[in-house]
Amino acid sequence: MRQQQPAKTTKAVTRPRLGVFKFASCDGCQLSVLNLEDELVALGQALDIVYFPEASSAMKAGPYDIVLVEGSITTSEDARRILNVREQARTLITIGACATAGGIQALRNWADVEAFKRAVYPSPQYIDSLGASTPISEHVRVDYELWGCPIDKGQLLRLLIDLLAGVQPRLPTQSVCLECKRQGHVCVMVARGLPCLGPVTRTGCGAICPGMGRDCYGCFGPAEGPSAGPGLPPNTASLASRFHHDLQLIPVEVLRRFRGINGHAKPFKDESHAWEDA
Amino acid sequence: MTPITSPSASPGLLAKSSFQRFIDALMAGGYRVMGQRLCDGAVKWDDVRLVSDLPIGWRDAQEPGRYRLEPTDSGRFFEVVNGPESVKRFAFAPREPLLVIERSSKSFQATPTLPKGEKTALLGVRACDLAGLAVQDRVFLRDAYPDPYYRTRRADLFLVAVNCARALPTCFCASLNTGPKAQAGFDLALTELDDAFLIEAGSQAGRELMPRLPLAPAPEQFLAEAEAQAEACANSQTRRVETAQLPQALYDAHEHPRWDQVAARCLACGNCTMVCPTCFCHAVEDVPDLNGQRAEQARVWDSCFTQEHGYIHGKNIRPAVKDRYRMWLTHKLASWIDQFGTSGCVGCGRCITWCPVGIDLTEELPALLKKA
Repeated sequence: MRQQQPAKTTKAVTRPRLGVFKFASCDGCQLSVLNLEDELVALGQALDIVYFPEASSAMKAGPYDIVLVEGSITTSEDARRILNVREQARTLITIGACATAGGIQALRNWADVEAFKRAVYPSPQYIDSLGASTPISEHVRVDYELWGCPIDKGQLLRLLIDLLAGVQPRLPTQSVCLECKRQGHVCVMVARGLPCLGPVTRTGCGAICPGMGRDCYGCFGPAEGPSAGPGLPPNTASLASRFHHDLQLIPVEVLRRFRGINGHAKPFKDESHAWEDA
Repeated sequence: MTPITSPSASPGLLAKSSFQRFIDALMAGGYRVMGQRLCDGAVKWDDVRLVSDLPIGWRDAQEPGRYRLEPTDSGRFFEVVNGPESVKRFAFAPREPLLVIERSSKSFQATPTLPKGEKTALLGVRACDLAGLAVQDRVFLRDAYPDPYYRTRRADLFLVAVNCARALPTCFCASLNTGPKAQAGFDLALTELDDAFLIEAGSQAGRELMPRLPLAPAPEQFLAEAEAQAEACANSQTRRVETAQLPQALYDAHEHPRWDQVAARCLACGNCTMVCPTCFCHAVEDVPDLNGQRAEQARVWDSCFTQEHGYIHGKNIRPAVKDRYRMWLTHKLASWIDQFGTSGCVGCGRCITWCPVGIDLTEELPALLKKA
């Protein structure tokens, strides 16, 4: 944005190299990249997409200027592989709930994985799987995190545009409710008594679920900061109490609201623990 | 824009059976007519072309954190008092494109993108919302630098007020003198009686429309009935905000322990500010394109309850929820008076109903004014 030369010349010289890596995930977030149909050509011109196995079998070695990481760490091999990916990445961005918070597969963190292996596989000794699913940030330094299951493609595009322009990316941490009200949706919690996680969930999705009459299930993770950084954890205790005392959810239902796609994210994890023996 | 003039002295009487002609007259006047229509368990502003578009046969039940529609056989057209939306979005848009900025060889050009005008008649505006609009007018239009985006949208509004005949448990306009009868700021005001509407004009545009309506002179008994209805509505209000000690008493309560108690409940979700008819906080965002050649700048509704809103130059001045709730309530009920010469609260009660955990400012204020 700030350069003085015409953009064409600049791009030819310094087109950043992009790599997209997958760990334990469903590929939905990578598909969100490919779903940027209107912008894909321009994106391919602005960036040199050199490693993206989901999209192309032409894969080039690192280092990479920008790396997108999808998926959580669930095997010891992946725990080693992410170290190598980090070494090759100038800027590392996690895309989606799995990479950012451990994903739905982090529900195993409350279960006995060995028992699962024995129940599912005839020869469980061949399964190399860690006892917990963990986010990328528990293994390496992460520069930016995109939440969501899947991510919002517009938010990804905006992040890439900001990085290309050399400005500090803005990733809003406010609640879903602001966007819900801007769009004029009727609150599903107040008008219908649904246990909506929107008030404690990070914006970015465009308030899709409440817009379709559904209660938010928190796929964009906790609003504000998950305990660290300048933000505070959202007030999950107050919302949970409302679910239980006024919306008549029994404790295990309250627990399950918070122990979902982002159940391993600390504010949601802590809240689910608070309802374990309630 | 609606000039504030005293209402016409002689209201006309419109038979309920003729109400379609009233809607037709508005449409014939070139207005897009919008009213509160049933939607997703509440009412929202939407196009109204027929009397049957109105939420007839329904009324709203509201309490802290809860809104429900319930059937009624009253037959009244405006029995639903309100929904989550005030008239705010029609003048202060939730997302207002401001500028398009385009790069040219060595410079750039910024072009304002003023909204396209559309004459809109809002049918069924309540007195509290008129009061809210008047507060926003002071914020956006007063002094030497009126906001052109707001002004453009505001100028297109034709406001048809409806005087409230029923108060919700969450209403407290009577204690703030903003209702339940519309005093000013409307083009036309309706009072719904059992079989007829009283219609009075409050502006030149309203007076011009009156002759196009099949009006009869209003008999004295109907005027008396309307007065009695407004008075009964005011008297039935159970909540109130006591303003006598404001603003100073809230400034004095800055360290009150009650702030911690309300912060323990507050989600900092911002719903109260979104539904408030007077809250005007906004953020400005740039949306650049991939080539770095073009960017759109837009203004979006923001809230003083967000982390980002308290962030200035390397520091968050309102890191805790307590800081944010205190900032909001103190501004709304106290420093607003110093800033704009009026309270920021008009008594509509939306912040009470639409708070997901039912925080009630009419309960917080007295608690804060009581010595700890």
